[in-house]
Amino acid sequence: MTRYLLSVYQPSTGERPPPERLARIDADLAEIHADLQAKGSWVFAGGLAGPSTATVVRAQDDEVLLTDGPFLEGKEYLGGLAVVEAEDLDEALGWARRFAEATTLPIEVQPFL
Amino acid sequence: MTIAQVFREEHGRAVAVLVRAFGDIDLAEECVQEAFATAVARWPVDGVPAAPAGWIITTARHKALDRLRRESVRDDRQAEALRLAESHSGRDPVPEEGPVLDDRLRLIFTCCHPALAPSARVALTLRLLGGLTTAEIARAFLVPEATMAQRLVRAKGKIKAARIPYRVPHDADLPERLRGVLAVVYLVFNEGYTASGGDSLVRDDLCHEAIRLGRLLVELMPDEPEAVGLLALMLLAAARREARTDGDGRLVPLPSQDRARWDAGLVAEGRDLVRACLRRGRPGPYQIQAAIQAVHTDEPTDWAQVVALYDQLLALAPTPVAALNRAVAVAEVEGPSAALALVEPLPLERLHVYHAVRADLLRRLGRFTEAADAYAAAVACTSNAAEVAFLEARRADVTAVGRRTSSRP
Repeated sequence: MTRYLLSVYQPSTGERPPPERLARIDADLAEIHADLQAKGSWVFAGGLAGPSTATVVRAQDDEVLLTDGPFLEGKEYLGGLAVVEAEDLDEALGWARRFAEATTLPIEVQPFL
Repeated sequence: MTIAQVFREEHGRAVAVLVRAFGDIDLAEECVQEAFATAVARWPVDGVPAAPAGWIITTARHKALDRLRRESVRDDRQAEALRLAESHSGRDPVPEEGPVLDDRLRLIFTCCHPALAPSARVALTLRLLGGLTTAEIARAFLVPEATMAQRLVRAKGKIKAARIPYRVPHDADLPERLRGVLAVVYLVFNEGYTASGGDSLVRDDLCHEAIRLGRLLVELMPDEPEAVGLLALMLLAAARREARTDGDGRLVPLPSQDRARWDAGLVAEGRDLVRACLRRGRPGPYQIQAAIQAVHTDEPTDWAQVVALYDQLLALAPTPVAALNRAVAVAEVEGPSAALALVEPLPLERLHVYHAVRADLLRRLGRFTEAADAYAAAVACTSNAAEVAFLEARRADVTAVGRRTSSRP
């Protein structure tokens, strides 16, 4: 089995979907999470608060430097992630496809070492 | 049978069997390479073995086992691979049928996996199944050898790290994945056939290799009419390859080609395949394109039939290039004016064929100045020497005719 990171990329600009649409997305995601657990593929999954809530920590000499905001400023940010166990890439891509359909957002699939 | 022939025919099979046995593409490639090197040394002395492919596979397998045994002394992971391989090889003495065919099919689907970049799919397929060297593939695609080598290393690294599977896709995914495989084979063929530049010998190799892969797919998946359609399409195009240029390397358009120079054997085989796949009643883009090529081998061409086939093709796969080709047929049925109206709005300004078709229609309509401009635009879009020469000659013709007609009182 290989572990894969599924990253959900969200546009920084643009309108938030209406509440009923968000409720639908949440319901679909809950169903995928349940299926992941039922299949024994579940490791972890969750959504992230926006990039404005991020803090970057750097160790320099003996000091620790904190900066406000995300490490990378971009047109998209990491909106959520899932870690899944899969037999091979095709199986991981199958989960990614379901996340992409549920969120209508692009999903990046990357194996762990 | 020479070693070179065995190499071309059996390299893919040998690599495929070893990838399954050892689960490692690099190891499989290297050991098959070494087995052929041993053959080069031994066969001239001992004679060619009765089953050359089996000999290569057995020799490569022994080399792989030797290497894993040596390396297992210092590496637990290699020891694991060795255990896996030995448990396989005990019950698996070089199978020649069913499972071997499946191995090559598995390898094609791995090489053409949609998670790999399209250029990497083509390169891997040629390298692993065709046995072309990195240098040959680089020359064919006009990139530096180091770039091609890096592309191959990166693709093989991704197959390993991301665990791109080594198997034929499940039924639900098969149609889409097969389309991807056929697209890679057709791309190899077109690169050899239409030649955007480069060494002509390597390009012949690409055409042969694409047809060999096409035959392999038909052999392995006889119930897929699109695989048959693609093979027929390539055979019918290859049949006319010789006649496409004259003795001086100049391009000869289809209507003026000497039909005696067509390869009658390939034409007959291609036409038989078209009939066979269309009988199944599951038409697809390759089958319809092959049917169009088959109509072109009739004397004279039934242009109304060609238009009808392009209508079918556009219903299944509406591409501007297909619309352009349909317009060429419309010109023969309804005249150049109707065709030009269809061509003008197509978004193909970067394609030399678009400008060449427009130029020809304008010439037939007596609009010589515009035709000359269109030929010039076509020349600007291609780097192929034979095509440039052909288009320049046409441009000179319409310019001369244009001058004569405009100087008339």
